[in-house]
Amino acid sequence: MAAIAITDLGERKRVAQKRRDRIISVASPVGLLLAWELAAQLGAIDTRFFPAPSSILRALVATAQTGELWTDTSISLQRLFFGFLLGGIPALILGIVMGISRPIRAFVDPLIAATYPIPKSSILPLILLIFGLGEMSKVMMVAIGVFYPIAINSTAGVLQISRVYLDVGKSFRANRMATFRTIALPGALPFIMTGVKLGAGLGLILIAIAEMVGAKSGIGYMIWSAWETFSVERMYVGLFVIAIIGFVMTLALNELERWLIPWKTDA
Amino acid sequence: MTAAPRAPLASAKIGIRNLHKHFGGMRAIEDVSIDIAEGTFFVIVGPSGCGKTTLLRILGGLEQVTSGTVEVSDPSRGRPQFSMVFQGDSIFPWMTVWDNTAYGLRMRSAGKDETERAVRHWLDRTGLTRFAHLYPHQLSGGMRQRVSIARAFANDPDILLMDEPFSALDEQNRTILHQELLRIWEADKKTVVFITHSVDEAVTLGDKIMVMTAGPGRTKTIIDVPLERPRSVLELRHDPRYGEIVYGIWGHLKDEVERARG
Repeated sequence: MAAIAITDLGERKRVAQKRRDRIISVASPVGLLLAWELAAQLGAIDTRFFPAPSSILRALVATAQTGELWTDTSISLQRLFFGFLLGGIPALILGIVMGISRPIRAFVDPLIAATYPIPKSSILPLILLIFGLGEMSKVMMVAIGVFYPIAINSTAGVLQISRVYLDVGKSFRANRMATFRTIALPGALPFIMTGVKLGAGLGLILIAIAEMVGAKSGIGYMIWSAWETFSVERMYVGLFVIAIIGFVMTLALNELERWLIPWKTDA
Repeated sequence: MTAAPRAPLASAKIGIRNLHKHFGGMRAIEDVSIDIAEGTFFVIVGPSGCGKTTLLRILGGLEQVTSGTVEVSDPSRGRPQFSMVFQGDSIFPWMTVWDNTAYGLRMRSAGKDETERAVRHWLDRTGLTRFAHLYPHQLSGGMRQRVSIARAFANDPDILLMDEPFSALDEQNRTILHQELLRIWEADKKTVVFITHSVDEAVTLGDKIMVMTAGPGRTKTIIDVPLERPRSVLELRHDPRYGEIVYGIWGHLKDEVERARG
């Protein structure tokens, strides 16, 4: 009886702690916004650079009413999505094949090692040169950014698969395709998901940069044109939207991970 | 026991002739010749590093021989020759108990009905039916090893290979699984080759026990275990013959263990 009471107490304590953590997590950004608003109202900060959250909100409503917020957001999301597919799918396949095949790994590894450190933003001019100012250059930038983390993590994911699972496959006469499908892919999946999350973050960074330089639409363009016209509030609206996109993307990917990897112990 | 070639047994299921296995300059197995009769529970004991696991991996097609031959007589058609139960955790963490058990059948493209029937049957025989839809991380070590056994049996092979399947378990779980394995095996007596470093385990389970020498692995002796079946793990401990056989095997093994340590 006493033992039960003790475990009960521990459980209740954990639940209480969790609730407290959640409250703190909500309170911290709200508190920051309040402090910011107050500081702006009191003139403690320069509102030319840090306009009050309330005036940013007004700008947000205004851009939402004219519809430009939605068009810019949706066009950026589209570019992100297609770039993700264009870079992610080949990265996944190449990464896993590299993990399985030694010769292919030996061949491709130095190429990846040599090109990976190049800042992706620095090849934007080259991409614009090749693909022009149309959609393809933006999609390509995202694709390139997404490619590396997914490819590298897929390879690492396959390589960390315990030898015994491959022996099991071999002893049950799994052919190449079955080994890929039943062992390499699921075994590497937790690593691949990490790559996808990293890639999503990088994709978001690159789409913003690409749209600032070579686009007439999108969130990056919105931020850049706000700078050109010195409407700081609109600039903040763009930043705010990017933050929201990143946040929602993280939540969605975590959910996807839980669904794809039901065997993950900490899920 | 000498290494002189012997005439193959007429009823041998597995015939191993003058088998050598070298890894680079290291001689793992030297001139092993054994005949294993159909329906025998054949146990190989030896000190660590005597090449017993290598021998099993050769049988299972996971290693190549350096020289010598392995022959399996009268292979049944349409059924796999060998299925293996591995040491430690070898069931796929990303598959449920059901999918793990069905793995061998799916890899050889068995029919849906056959697969379902076999998996249902073997989950029942290993007491896993209630856990069919759980993932391995939700099971205890003993349960995971049951899944590994169910996976091998469900594949319905000619011959079962077991590589120290219980070595990672605690003693109580091991005893329970010994009894279960005896019960399952005694029902249809497939040919089994079982590797262990535990003399007790060897005597509890086996019909014949081969003692291997410390590296390079050779056949030191082969001993018959005349204990009747069906066996009860607990009753066996009581049987004076059990102690005698264990004692006898230790006599052969003692020098080898010392050699392996020295």
